Amino acid sequence: MTALLLAVAGIAGCKETVDPNEPVGFIQVKGSDTIVNAAQEVAEEFMKDYPHVFVAVTGGGSGVGIASLINKTCNVATASREMKAKEVEVALKHGVTPKEFTVAYDGVAVIVNKDNPVDKLTIEDLHKIYTGKVKNWKEFGGKDLGIVTISREVSSGTHMYFKEEVVQLGKKGSPEEFSSETLLLSSSQAIVEEVAGNEGAIGYLGMGYTSERTKSLLVAKDGTGYPPNVENVKQKKYPLSRGLYFYTNGEPNGVTKLFIDFTMGPKGQERFRNTGFVPTGEHIVEKN
Amino acid sequence: MSKRINEFVIEGCIKLSGLVVILFVASIFLFLLKDALSLFGVHSPLDFLFGKSWLPISEPPKFGMIPLLLGSLYVTLGAIVICVPLGVCSAMFIAEVAPTYLKNILKSLVEILAAIPSVVLGFIGIVWLGPFLRNTFGLSTGMCGLTGSLLLAFMALPTVISISEDALIGVPKAFKEAAYGLGATRWQTLWRIVLPAASSGIIAAVMLGIGRVIGETMVVMMVTGNSPVMPKSLLQPLRTLTATIAGEMGETVAGSEHYFALFAVGLILFIITFIINFIADICLRKARR
Repeated sequence: MTALLLAVAGIAGCKETVDPNEPVGFIQVKGSDTIVNAAQEVAEEFMKDYPHVFVAVTGGGSGVGIASLINKTCNVATASREMKAKEVEVALKHGVTPKEFTVAYDGVAVIVNKDNPVDKLTIEDLHKIYTGKVKNWKEFGGKDLGIVTISREVSSGTHMYFKEEVVQLGKKGSPEEFSSETLLLSSSQAIVEEVAGNEGAIGYLGMGYTSERTKSLLVAKDGTGYPPNVENVKQKKYPLSRGLYFYTNGEPNGVTKLFIDFTMGPKGQERFRNTGFVPTGEHIVEKN
Repeated sequence: MSKRINEFVIEGCIKLSGLVVILFVASIFLFLLKDALSLFGVHSPLDFLFGKSWLPISEPPKFGMIPLLLGSLYVTLGAIVICVPLGVCSAMFIAEVAPTYLKNILKSLVEILAAIPSVVLGFIGIVWLGPFLRNTFGLSTGMCGLTGSLLLAFMALPTVISISEDALIGVPKAFKEAAYGLGATRWQTLWRIVLPAASSGIIAAVMLGIGRVIGETMVVMMVTGNSPVMPKSLLQPLRTLTATIAGEMGETVAGSEHYFALFAVGLILFIITFIINFIADICLRKARR
Protein backbone atom coordinates (compact mmCIF):
# COMPACT_ATOMS: atom_id res chain seq x y z
CA MET A 1 0.00 0.00 0.00
CA THR A 2 2.72 2.41 0.95
CA ALA A 3 4.61 1.43 -2.14
CA LEU A 4 1.56 2.23 -4.26
CA LEU A 5 1.17 5.61 -2.62
CA LEU A 6 4.82 6.33 -3.20
CA ALA A 7 4.48 5.33 -6.82
CA VAL A 8 1.53 7.66 -7.28
CA ALA A 9 3.42 10.45 -5.56
CA GLY A 10 6.36 9.70 -7.81
CA ILE A 11 4.24 10.03 -10.93
CA ALA A 12 2.72 13.24 -9.65
CA GLY A 13 6.18 14.53 -8.82
CA CYS A 14 7.31 13.98 -12.40
CA LYS A 15 4.66 16.38 -13.63
CA GLU A 16 5.84 19.89 -14.15
CA THR A 17 4.73 22.03 -11.24
CA VAL A 18 2.69 25.01 -12.33
CA ASP A 19 3.17 28.28 -10.52
CA PRO A 20 -0.26 29.08 -9.06
CA ASN A 21 0.02 32.63 -10.40
CA GLU A 22 0.66 31.34 -13.91
CA PRO A 23 -2.43 31.59 -16.16
CA VAL A 24 -3.79 28.20 -17.22
CA GLY A 25 -6.59 27.54 -19.66
CA PHE A 26 -7.94 26.82 -23.09
CA ILE A 27 -9.14 29.34 -25.67
CA GLN A 28 -11.13 28.39 -28.75
CA VAL A 29 -10.73 30.92 -31.57
CA LYS A 30 -12.99 30.33 -34.56
CA GLY A 31 -14.17 32.09 -37.69
CA SER A 32 -12.79 34.02 -40.62
CA ASP A 33 -10.62 32.16 -43.11
CA THR A 34 -9.06 35.52 -43.99
CA ILE A 35 -7.74 35.90 -40.45
CA VAL A 36 -7.02 32.25 -39.68
CA ASN A 37 -3.30 32.35 -40.60
CA ALA A 38 -2.62 35.60 -38.76
CA ALA A 39 -4.60 34.41 -35.74
CA GLN A 40 -2.65 31.15 -35.74
CA GLU A 41 0.63 33.06 -35.67
CA VAL A 42 -0.61 35.31 -32.86
CA ALA A 43 -1.71 32.20 -30.96
CA GLU A 44 1.69 30.54 -31.36
CA GLU A 45 3.45 33.69 -30.16
CA PHE A 46 0.99 33.94 -27.26
CA MET A 47 1.60 30.33 -26.24
CA LYS A 48 5.33 31.05 -26.05
CA ASP A 49 4.63 33.75 -23.47
CA TYR A 50 1.94 31.77 -21.63
CA PRO A 51 2.94 28.12 -22.00
CA HIS A 52 0.03 26.83 -19.90
CA VAL A 53 -2.68 28.38 -22.01
CA PHE A 54 -3.65 26.45 -25.10
CA VAL A 55 -5.15 28.39 -27.98
CA ALA A 56 -6.93 26.47 -30.77
CA VAL A 57 -7.54 28.42 -33.97
CA THR A 58 -9.93 27.18 -36.65
CA GLY A 59 -11.44 28.73 -39.77
CA GLY A 60 -14.62 28.05 -41.68
CA GLY A 61 -15.69 31.61 -42.41
CA SER A 62 -16.79 34.67 -40.43
CA GLY A 63 -20.37 33.38 -40.37
CA VAL A 64 -19.13 30.17 -38.77
CA GLY A 65 -17.28 32.13 -36.06
CA ILE A 66 -20.23 34.38 -35.29
CA ALA A 67 -22.63 31.42 -35.21
CA SER A 68 -20.39 29.55 -32.82
CA LEU A 69 -20.06 32.60 -30.57
CA ILE A 70 -23.86 32.66 -30.41
CA ASN A 71 -24.01 28.88 -29.94
CA LYS A 72 -21.36 29.34 -27.21
CA THR A 73 -18.88 26.93 -28.78
CA CYS A 74 -15.96 29.36 -28.98
CA ASN A 75 -14.39 32.03 -26.78
CA VAL A 76 -13.27 34.36 -29.54
CA ALA A 77 -15.00 34.71 -32.91
CA THR A 78 -12.93 36.20 -35.71
CA ALA A 79 -14.66 38.01 -38.56
CA SER A 80 -13.67 39.88 -41.69
CA ARG A 81 -16.91 41.85 -41.55
CA GLU A 82 -18.93 43.55 -38.84
CA MET A 83 -21.73 41.62 -37.20
CA LYS A 84 -25.07 42.38 -38.82
CA ALA A 85 -27.74 44.06 -36.71
CA LYS A 86 -29.82 40.92 -37.09
CA GLU A 87 -26.98 38.74 -35.79
CA VAL A 88 -26.52 41.00 -32.76
CA GLU A 89 -30.23 40.70 -32.11
CA VAL A 90 -30.08 36.89 -32.31
CA ALA A 91 -27.00 36.89 -30.06
CA LEU A 92 -28.75 38.96 -27.38
CA LYS A 93 -31.71 36.60 -27.57
CA HIS A 94 -29.32 33.70 -26.86
CA GLY A 95 -27.84 35.57 -23.90
CA VAL A 96 -24.64 36.55 -25.70
CA THR A 97 -23.49 40.20 -25.66
CA PRO A 98 -21.00 40.54 -28.51
CA LYS A 99 -18.08 42.84 -27.84
CA GLU A 100 -16.13 43.95 -30.87
CA PHE A 101 -12.38 44.53 -31.21
CA THR A 102 -10.91 45.86 -34.43
CA VAL A 103 -7.63 43.92 -34.70
CA ALA A 104 -6.35 44.97 -38.14
CA TYR A 105 -7.27 46.34 -41.55
CA ASP A 106 -7.32 44.47 -44.84
CA GLY A 107 -7.91 45.12 -48.51
CA VAL A 108 -9.99 42.81 -50.69
CA ALA A 109 -7.94 42.09 -53.79
CA VAL A 110 -9.68 41.40 -57.11
CA ILE A 111 -7.70 38.86 -59.09
CA VAL A 112 -7.74 37.75 -62.73
CA ASN A 113 -5.67 35.42 -64.89
CA LYS A 114 -2.19 36.60 -65.84
CA ASP A 115 -3.07 36.45 -69.55
CA ASN A 116 -5.98 38.80 -69.09
CA PRO A 117 -5.04 42.24 -70.57
CA VAL A 118 -7.47 44.13 -68.31
CA ASP A 119 -5.56 45.93 -65.53
CA LYS A 120 -8.08 48.20 -63.90
CA LEU A 121 -11.79 48.09 -63.08
CA THR A 122 -14.07 50.44 -61.20
CA ILE A 123 -16.43 49.35 -58.45
CA GLU A 124 -19.25 49.97 -60.94
CA ASP A 125 -17.58 47.59 -63.45
CA LEU A 126 -17.19 44.94 -60.76
CA HIS A 127 -20.84 45.40 -59.88
CA LYS A 128 -21.86 44.78 -63.49
CA ILE A 129 -19.63 41.71 -63.71
CA TYR A 130 -20.76 40.09 -60.48
CA THR A 131 -24.46 40.72 -61.01
CA GLY A 132 -24.18 39.20 -64.48
CA LYS A 133 -25.10 42.40 -66.36
CA VAL A 134 -21.89 42.22 -68.38
CA LYS A 135 -20.68 38.78 -69.40
CA ASN A 136 -17.78 39.43 -71.75
CA TRP A 137 -14.29 40.82 -71.17
CA LYS A 138 -14.33 42.84 -74.41
CA GLU A 139 -16.63 45.38 -72.72
CA PHE A 140 -13.66 46.38 -70.58
CA GLY A 141 -11.08 46.33 -73.37
CA GLY A 142 -10.16 42.70 -72.88
CA LYS A 143 -10.40 39.68 -75.15
CA ASP A 144 -13.67 38.42 -76.59
CA LEU A 145 -14.06 35.92 -73.79
CA GLY A 146 -16.84 35.03 -71.38
CA ILE A 147 -16.39 36.17 -67.79
CA VAL A 148 -16.45 33.46 -65.12
CA THR A 149 -17.25 35.06 -61.77
CA ILE A 150 -15.89 33.38 -58.67
CA SER A 151 -16.83 34.03 -55.08
CA ARG A 152 -16.36 32.47 -51.66
CA GLU A 153 -19.14 30.46 -50.01
CA VAL A 154 -21.93 32.31 -48.19
CA SER A 155 -20.31 31.59 -44.81
CA SER A 156 -17.37 33.81 -45.75
CA GLY A 157 -17.14 37.34 -44.34
CA THR A 158 -15.37 38.41 -47.52
CA HIS A 159 -18.40 37.20 -49.51
CA MET A 160 -20.68 39.31 -47.33
CA TYR A 161 -18.40 42.36 -47.52
CA PHE A 162 -18.12 42.07 -51.30
CA LYS A 163 -21.86 41.60 -51.62
CA GLU A 164 -22.58 44.78 -49.66
CA GLU A 165 -19.88 46.96 -51.22
CA VAL A 166 -19.87 45.75 -54.81
CA VAL A 167 -23.00 43.76 -55.62
CA GLN A 168 -25.28 46.13 -53.73
CA LEU A 169 -22.94 49.13 -54.20
CA GLY A 170 -23.08 49.95 -50.50
CA LYS A 171 -26.85 50.54 -50.53
CA LYS A 172 -28.49 48.81 -47.59
CA GLY A 173 -31.51 46.70 -48.52
CA SER A 174 -30.68 46.74 -52.24
CA PRO A 175 -32.32 43.79 -54.03
CA GLU A 176 -29.19 43.05 -56.11
CA GLU A 177 -27.74 39.53 -55.76
CA PHE A 178 -24.65 37.74 -57.01
CA SER A 179 -25.45 36.32 -60.44
CA SER A 180 -26.62 32.76 -59.83
CA GLU A 181 -23.91 31.51 -62.19
CA THR A 182 -21.20 32.71 -59.80
CA LEU A 183 -19.03 29.84 -58.61
CA LEU A 184 -19.09 29.57 -54.81
CA LEU A 185 -15.81 28.01 -53.74
CA SER A 186 -14.99 26.91 -50.23
CA SER A 187 -11.48 28.35 -49.89
CA SER A 188 -9.26 31.20 -51.05
CA GLN A 189 -6.83 28.57 -52.34
CA ALA A 190 -9.50 27.09 -54.65
CA ILE A 191 -10.14 30.59 -56.02
CA VAL A 192 -6.45 31.16 -56.75
CA GLU A 193 -6.28 27.71 -58.40
CA GLU A 194 -9.23 28.39 -60.71
CA VAL A 195 -8.19 31.96 -61.61
CA ALA A 196 -4.59 30.87 -62.29
CA GLY A 197 -5.79 28.27 -64.76
CA ASN A 198 -8.79 29.97 -66.36
CA GLU A 199 -8.29 32.97 -68.63
CA GLY A 200 -11.85 34.23 -68.27
CA ALA A 201 -12.04 33.98 -64.50
CA ILE A 202 -12.28 36.78 -61.95
CA GLY A 203 -12.21 36.28 -58.18
CA TYR A 204 -11.65 38.17 -54.95
CA LEU A 205 -9.90 37.41 -51.67
CA GLY A 206 -8.18 39.05 -48.69
CA MET A 207 -4.96 40.69 -49.92
CA GLY A 208 -2.87 38.49 -47.61
CA TYR A 209 -3.80 35.56 -49.86
CA THR A 210 -2.81 36.96 -53.25
CA SER A 211 -0.40 34.77 -55.17
CA GLU A 212 2.29 35.15 -57.82
CA ARG A 213 0.20 33.01 -60.12
CA THR A 214 -2.61 35.52 -60.54
CA LYS A 215 -2.84 39.24 -61.29
CA SER A 216 -4.38 41.72 -58.84
CA LEU A 217 -6.40 44.44 -60.54
CA LEU A 218 -6.21 48.14 -59.77
CA VAL A 219 -9.57 49.08 -58.29
CA ALA A 220 -11.04 52.55 -58.73
CA LYS A 221 -13.95 54.23 -57.01
CA ASP A 222 -14.05 57.11 -59.44
CA GLY A 223 -11.04 57.83 -61.60
CA THR A 224 -7.71 56.67 -60.28
CA GLY A 225 -7.19 52.97 -59.68
CA TYR A 226 -5.10 51.72 -56.80
CA PRO A 227 -3.42 48.35 -56.28
CA PRO A 228 -4.30 46.49 -53.10
CA ASN A 229 -1.35 46.96 -50.72
CA VAL A 230 -0.65 47.92 -47.14
CA GLU A 231 0.12 51.55 -47.97
CA ASN A 232 -3.08 52.16 -49.93
CA VAL A 233 -5.23 50.47 -47.32
CA LYS A 234 -3.59 52.52 -44.57
CA GLN A 235 -4.26 55.77 -46.43
CA LYS A 236 -7.79 54.61 -47.28
CA LYS A 237 -7.06 55.06 -51.00
CA TYR A 238 -7.90 51.49 -51.93
CA PRO A 239 -11.70 51.38 -52.23
CA LEU A 240 -12.21 47.82 -51.01
CA SER A 241 -10.71 48.23 -47.53
CA ARG A 242 -12.27 46.84 -44.41
CA GLY A 243 -11.63 46.10 -40.76
CA LEU A 244 -10.92 42.69 -39.29
CA TYR A 245 -12.60 41.94 -36.00
CA PHE A 246 -12.49 39.75 -32.93
CA TYR A 247 -15.70 39.24 -30.97
CA THR A 248 -16.08 37.99 -27.42
CA ASN A 249 -19.14 37.31 -25.31
CA GLY A 250 -19.31 40.37 -23.07
CA GLU A 251 -16.20 41.90 -21.51
CA PRO A 252 -13.45 39.30 -21.92
CA ASN A 253 -11.97 37.92 -18.71
CA GLY A 254 -9.30 35.47 -17.58
CA VAL A 255 -7.15 33.97 -20.29
CA THR A 256 -9.43 35.31 -23.04
CA LYS A 257 -8.68 38.84 -21.87
CA LEU A 258 -4.96 38.03 -21.88
CA PHE A 259 -5.25 36.82 -25.45
CA ILE A 260 -7.20 39.85 -26.66
CA ASP A 261 -4.74 42.22 -24.94
CA PHE A 262 -1.86 40.31 -26.50
CA THR A 263 -3.45 40.54 -29.97
CA MET A 264 -4.01 44.27 -29.62
CA GLY A 265 -0.51 44.77 -28.17
CA PRO A 266 2.73 45.27 -30.13
CA LYS A 267 3.60 41.54 -30.43
CA GLY A 268 0.18 40.58 -31.77
CA GLN A 269 0.02 43.52 -34.16
CA GLU A 270 3.47 42.63 -35.46
CA ARG A 271 2.12 39.19 -36.45
CA PHE A 272 -0.70 40.81 -38.39
CA ARG A 273 1.81 43.01 -40.22
CA ASN A 274 3.92 39.94 -41.08
CA THR A 275 0.96 38.10 -42.58
CA GLY A 276 0.12 40.96 -44.93
CA PHE A 277 -2.45 42.98 -42.98
CA VAL A 278 -2.45 46.55 -41.74
CA PRO A 279 -2.02 46.81 -37.95
CA THR A 280 -4.32 49.06 -36.04
CA GLY A 281 -3.49 51.58 -33.36
CA GLU A 282 -7.12 51.82 -32.44
CA HIS A 283 -8.57 50.78 -29.16
CA ILE A 284 -11.67 48.92 -28.12
CA VAL A 285 -14.87 50.13 -29.77
CA GLU A 286 -18.06 49.36 -27.89
CA LYS A 287 -20.80 47.74 -29.96
CA ASN A 288 -24.27 48.46 -28.57
CA MET B 1 -31.66 -26.55 -19.41
CA SER B 2 -28.70 -24.15 -19.30
CA LYS B 3 -28.38 -24.58 -23.03
CA ARG B 4 -31.91 -23.30 -23.37
CA ILE B 5 -31.18 -20.26 -21.19
CA ASN B 6 -28.05 -19.59 -23.22
CA GLU B 7 -30.02 -19.71 -26.39
CA PHE B 8 -32.69 -17.46 -24.93
CA VAL B 9 -30.12 -14.85 -23.88
CA ILE B 10 -28.29 -14.90 -27.20
CA GLU B 11 -31.52 -14.73 -29.16
CA GLY B 12 -32.61 -11.82 -27.00
CA CYS B 13 -29.35 -9.97 -27.63
CA ILE B 14 -29.61 -10.41 -31.36
CA LYS B 15 -33.21 -9.29 -31.34
CA LEU B 16 -32.22 -6.25 -29.28
CA SER B 17 -29.43 -5.26 -31.72
CA GLY B 18 -31.89 -5.47 -34.57
CA LEU B 19 -34.39 -3.31 -32.73
CA VAL B 20 -31.70 -0.78 -31.79
CA VAL B 21 -30.84 -0.32 -35.47
CA ILE B 22 -34.49 0.26 -36.32
CA LEU B 23 -34.70 2.67 -33.41
CA PHE B 24 -31.67 4.60 -34.73
CA VAL B 25 -33.13 4.98 -38.19
CA ALA B 26 -36.50 5.96 -36.82
CA SER B 27 -35.04 8.54 -34.44
CA ILE B 28 -32.83 10.05 -37.16
CA PHE B 29 -35.91 10.38 -39.30
CA LEU B 30 -37.96 11.93 -36.49
CA PHE B 31 -35.12 14.30 -35.59
CA LEU B 32 -34.85 15.46 -39.20
CA LEU B 33 -38.60 15.72 -39.51
CA LYS B 34 -38.95 17.80 -36.36
CA ASP B 35 -36.35 20.39 -37.38
CA ALA B 36 -37.40 20.37 -41.03
CA LEU B 37 -41.05 20.95 -40.18
CA SER B 38 -40.05 23.87 -37.94
CA LEU B 39 -39.07 25.65 -41.15
CA PHE B 40 -42.60 25.53 -42.42
CA GLY B 41 -43.81 27.51 -39.43
CA VAL B 42 -41.87 30.53 -40.71
CA HIS B 43 -41.43 29.73 -44.40
CA SER B 44 -44.00 28.56 -46.91
CA PRO B 45 -43.54 24.85 -47.79
CA LEU B 46 -44.53 25.58 -51.39
CA ASP B 47 -41.75 28.16 -51.69
CA PHE B 48 -39.33 25.60 -50.34
CA LEU B 49 -40.43 22.69 -52.52
CA PHE B 50 -40.94 24.60 -55.76
CA GLY B 51 -38.87 27.76 -55.30
CA LYS B 52 -36.30 28.39 -57.99
CA SER B 53 -33.77 30.45 -56.07
CA TRP B 54 -31.60 29.59 -53.09
CA LEU B 55 -30.41 32.82 -51.44
CA PRO B 56 -29.94 31.94 -47.77
CA ILE B 57 -28.22 35.11 -46.55
CA SER B 58 -30.28 37.69 -48.39
CA GLU B 59 -32.92 39.89 -46.80
CA PRO B 60 -35.44 38.32 -46.92
CA PRO B 61 -33.82 34.91 -47.50
CA LYS B 62 -35.11 32.59 -50.20
CA PHE B 63 -35.02 28.86 -49.67
CA GLY B 64 -36.12 27.32 -52.97
CA MET B 65 -34.62 23.85 -53.23
CA ILE B 66 -35.36 23.11 -56.89
CA PRO B 67 -31.92 24.25 -58.16
CA LEU B 68 -30.24 22.09 -55.53
CA LEU B 69 -32.43 19.07 -56.23
CA LEU B 70 -31.84 19.37 -59.96
CA GLY B 71 -28.12 19.84 -59.32
CA SER B 72 -28.02 16.58 -57.38
CA LEU B 73 -30.11 14.73 -59.96
CA TYR B 74 -28.01 15.94 -62.90
CA VAL B 75 -24.73 14.96 -61.28
CA THR B 76 -26.12 11.60 -60.18
CA LEU B 77 -27.60 10.76 -63.57
CA GLY B 78 -24.35 11.72 -65.25
CA ALA B 79 -22.37 9.54 -62.88
CA ILE B 80 -24.69 6.57 -63.36
CA VAL B 81 -24.63 6.80 -67.16
CA ILE B 82 -20.84 6.69 -67.03
CA CYS B 83 -20.45 4.16 -64.27
CA VAL B 84 -23.08 1.49 -64.97
CA PRO B 85 -21.89 0.23 -68.38
CA LEU B 86 -18.30 0.32 -67.18
CA GLY B 87 -19.11 -1.35 -63.89
CA VAL B 88 -21.37 -4.08 -65.27
CA CYS B 89 -18.92 -4.92 -68.07
CA SER B 90 -16.03 -5.11 -65.60
CA ALA B 91 -18.12 -7.37 -63.41
CA MET B 92 -18.90 -9.61 -66.39
CA PHE B 93 -15.24 -9.79 -67.25
CA ILE B 94 -14.18 -10.56 -63.68
CA ALA B 95 -16.93 -13.10 -63.08
CA GLU B 96 -17.00 -15.00 -66.37
CA VAL B 97 -14.09 -14.27 -68.65
CA ALA B 98 -10.91 -13.45 -66.77
CA PRO B 99 -8.47 -16.24 -65.85
CA THR B 100 -8.04 -16.77 -62.10
CA TYR B 101 -4.79 -14.80 -61.64
CA LEU B 102 -6.21 -11.76 -63.45
CA LYS B 103 -9.45 -12.08 -61.53
CA ASN B 104 -7.55 -11.83 -58.23
CA ILE B 105 -5.56 -8.82 -59.37
CA LEU B 106 -8.67 -7.03 -60.64
CA LYS B 107 -10.61 -7.74 -57.47
CA SER B 108 -7.94 -6.26 -55.25
CA LEU B 109 -7.60 -3.25 -57.54
CA VAL B 110 -11.34 -2.62 -57.24
CA GLU B 111 -10.97 -2.79 -53.47
CA ILE B 112 -8.15 -0.24 -53.59
CA LEU B 113 -10.38 1.99 -55.72
CA ALA B 114 -12.97 1.90 -52.94
CA ALA B 115 -10.34 2.96 -50.42
CA ILE B 116 -9.36 6.24 -52.09
CA PRO B 117 -10.56 9.08 -49.82
CA SER B 118 -13.04 11.37 -51.56
CA VAL B 119 -11.07 14.49 -50.70
CA VAL B 120 -8.15 13.12 -52.73
CA LEU B 121 -10.41 12.61 -55.73
CA GLY B 122 -11.72 16.15 -55.25
CA PHE B 123 -8.19 17.48 -55.28
CA ILE B 124 -7.44 15.60 -58.49
CA GLY B 125 -10.63 17.13 -59.88
CA ILE B 126 -9.53 20.67 -59.05
CA VAL B 127 -5.96 20.52 -60.29
CA TRP B 128 -6.21 18.09 -63.18
CA LEU B 129 -9.62 16.85 -64.36
CA GLY B 130 -11.36 20.26 -64.24
CA PRO B 131 -8.74 22.10 -66.33
CA PHE B 132 -8.52 19.07 -68.68
CA LEU B 133 -12.27 19.10 -69.35
CA ARG B 134 -12.26 22.88 -69.77
CA ASN B 135 -9.58 22.70 -72.44
CA THR B 136 -11.03 19.63 -74.15
CA PHE B 137 -14.62 20.84 -74.43
CA GLY B 138 -13.82 24.57 -74.60
CA LEU B 139 -15.88 25.26 -71.47
CA SER B 140 -15.87 28.56 -69.61
CA THR B 141 -14.86 26.70 -66.46
CA GLY B 142 -13.85 23.18 -65.45
CA MET B 143 -15.85 23.51 -62.23
CA CYS B 144 -18.95 21.89 -63.63
CA GLY B 145 -21.37 19.03 -63.26
CA LEU B 146 -19.46 16.75 -65.62
CA THR B 147 -16.29 16.91 -63.50
CA GLY B 148 -18.38 15.89 -60.52
CA SER B 149 -20.14 13.11 -62.46
CA LEU B 150 -16.87 11.60 -63.67
CA LEU B 151 -15.32 11.54 -60.20
CA LEU B 152 -18.51 10.20 -58.63
CA ALA B 153 -18.71 7.49 -61.28
CA PHE B 154 -15.21 6.53 -60.21
CA MET B 155 -16.35 6.38 -56.59
CA ALA B 156 -19.44 4.30 -57.33
CA LEU B 157 -17.57 1.79 -59.52
CA PRO B 158 -16.43 -0.51 -56.68
CA THR B 159 -20.00 -0.81 -55.35
CA VAL B 160 -21.45 -1.53 -58.78
CA ILE B 161 -18.68 -3.97 -59.75
CA SER B 162 -18.66 -6.07 -56.60
CA ILE B 163 -22.44 -6.41 -56.25
CA SER B 164 -22.95 -7.14 -59.97
CA GLU B 165 -20.17 -9.68 -59.80
CA ASP B 166 -21.85 -11.43 -56.87
CA ALA B 167 -25.08 -11.50 -58.84
CA LEU B 168 -23.37 -12.98 -61.92
CA ILE B 169 -21.56 -15.63 -59.89
CA GLY B 170 -24.83 -16.48 -58.16
CA VAL B 171 -26.43 -17.63 -61.42
CA PRO B 172 -26.85 -21.46 -61.15
CA LYS B 173 -24.24 -23.43 -63.07
CA ALA B 174 -26.98 -25.55 -64.63
CA PHE B 175 -28.17 -22.55 -66.67
CA LYS B 176 -24.79 -22.18 -68.32
CA GLU B 177 -24.30 -25.89 -68.81
CA ALA B 178 -27.68 -26.13 -70.50
CA ALA B 179 -26.80 -23.24 -72.80
CA TYR B 180 -23.43 -24.74 -73.76
CA GLY B 181 -25.18 -28.09 -74.24
CA LEU B 182 -27.47 -26.49 -76.80
CA GLY B 183 -24.44 -25.26 -78.70
CA ALA B 184 -24.46 -21.62 -77.55
CA THR B 185 -21.14 -19.78 -77.70
CA ARG B 186 -19.57 -18.26 -74.58
CA TRP B 187 -20.69 -14.79 -75.58
CA GLN B 188 -24.25 -15.90 -76.31
CA THR B 189 -24.41 -17.63 -72.94
CA LEU B 190 -23.09 -14.62 -71.10
CA TRP B 191 -25.24 -12.08 -72.88
CA ARG B 192 -28.50 -14.01 -73.27
CA ILE B 193 -28.52 -16.33 -70.27
CA VAL B 194 -26.28 -15.20 -67.44
CA LEU B 195 -26.93 -11.46 -67.66
CA PRO B 196 -30.75 -11.70 -67.71
CA ALA B 197 -30.67 -14.27 -64.92
CA ALA B 198 -28.59 -11.87 -62.78
CA SER B 199 -30.61 -8.81 -63.72
CA SER B 200 -32.27 -8.15 -60.37
CA GLY B 201 -28.90 -8.30 -58.64
CA ILE B 202 -27.47 -5.91 -61.20
CA ILE B 203 -30.36 -3.48 -60.74
CA ALA B 204 -29.70 -3.63 -57.02
CA ALA B 205 -26.04 -2.83 -57.71
CA VAL B 206 -27.06 0.17 -59.78
CA MET B 207 -29.46 1.40 -57.12
CA LEU B 208 -26.82 1.11 -54.41
CA GLY B 209 -24.43 2.95 -56.72
CA ILE B 210 -26.99 5.75 -57.05
CA GLY B 211 -27.36 5.85 -53.28
CA ARG B 212 -23.58 6.17 -52.94
CA VAL B 213 -23.40 8.95 -55.51
CA ILE B 214 -26.30 11.10 -54.39
CA GLY B 215 -25.08 11.19 -50.80
CA GLU B 216 -21.46 12.02 -51.64
CA THR B 217 -20.45 15.47 -50.46
CA MET B 218 -16.77 16.28 -50.47
CA VAL B 219 -16.08 15.67 -54.15
CA VAL B 220 -19.07 17.61 -55.46
CA MET B 221 -18.40 20.48 -53.09
CA MET B 222 -14.83 20.74 -54.35
CA VAL B 223 -15.37 20.42 -58.09
CA THR B 224 -18.88 21.42 -59.19
CA GLY B 225 -18.54 25.16 -58.53
CA ASN B 226 -21.60 25.28 -56.22
CA SER B 227 -23.52 27.91 -58.19
CA PRO B 228 -27.18 27.71 -57.17
CA VAL B 229 -28.47 27.97 -60.75
CA MET B 230 -31.27 26.04 -62.42
CA PRO B 231 -28.96 23.67 -64.33
CA LYS B 232 -29.55 23.25 -68.03
CA SER B 233 -26.66 20.94 -68.82
CA LEU B 234 -23.92 18.99 -67.12
CA LEU B 235 -21.33 21.29 -68.67
CA GLN B 236 -22.19 24.18 -66.36
CA PRO B 237 -21.55 24.75 -62.65
CA LEU B 238 -24.26 23.56 -60.30
CA ARG B 239 -24.92 23.10 -56.60
CA THR B 240 -26.03 19.86 -54.98
CA LEU B 241 -28.13 19.17 -51.88
CA THR B 242 -25.21 17.67 -49.99
CA ALA B 243 -22.74 20.48 -50.79
CA THR B 244 -25.30 23.01 -49.63
CA ILE B 245 -25.66 21.38 -46.24
CA ALA B 246 -21.91 20.95 -45.80
CA GLY B 247 -21.06 24.44 -47.02
CA GLU B 248 -23.64 26.32 -44.98
CA MET B 249 -24.25 24.34 -41.79
CA GLY B 250 -21.30 25.84 -39.92
CA GLU B 251 -22.57 29.39 -40.14
CA THR B 252 -26.13 28.81 -39.04
CA VAL B 253 -27.25 29.65 -35.54
CA ALA B 254 -29.09 26.73 -33.95
CA GLY B 255 -32.81 27.39 -34.23
CA SER B 256 -32.63 29.96 -37.03
CA GLU B 257 -34.61 29.81 -40.25
CA HIS B 258 -31.51 28.95 -42.27
CA TYR B 259 -30.70 26.11 -39.83
CA PHE B 260 -34.16 24.61 -40.26
CA ALA B 261 -33.96 25.05 -44.04
CA LEU B 262 -30.78 22.95 -44.12
CA PHE B 263 -32.53 20.27 -42.07
CA ALA B 264 -35.37 20.32 -44.58
CA VAL B 265 -32.78 19.78 -47.34
CA GLY B 266 -31.39 16.92 -45.27
CA LEU B 267 -34.87 15.42 -44.99
CA ILE B 268 -35.33 15.52 -48.77
CA LEU B 269 -31.98 13.79 -49.18
CA PHE B 270 -32.90 11.19 -46.58
CA ILE B 271 -36.19 10.42 -48.33
CA ILE B 272 -34.45 10.07 -51.70
CA THR B 273 -31.77 7.70 -50.40
CA PHE B 274 -34.38 5.78 -48.42
CA ILE B 275 -36.46 5.16 -51.54
CA ILE B 276 -33.40 4.16 -53.56
CA ASN B 277 -32.17 1.74 -50.92
CA PHE B 278 -35.68 0.33 -50.58
CA ILE B 279 -35.81 -0.43 -54.32
CA ALA B 280 -32.32 -1.93 -54.14
CA ASP B 281 -33.42 -4.12 -51.28
CA ILE B 282 -36.46 -5.41 -53.16
CA CYS B 283 -34.26 -6.22 -56.16
CA LEU B 284 -31.70 -8.02 -54.00
CA ARG B 285 -34.45 -10.13 -52.44
CA LYS B 286 -35.76 -11.03 -55.87
CA ALA B 287 -32.24 -11.93 -56.96
CA ARG B 288 -31.76 -14.30 -54.04
CA ARG B 289 -34.92 -16.22 -54.77
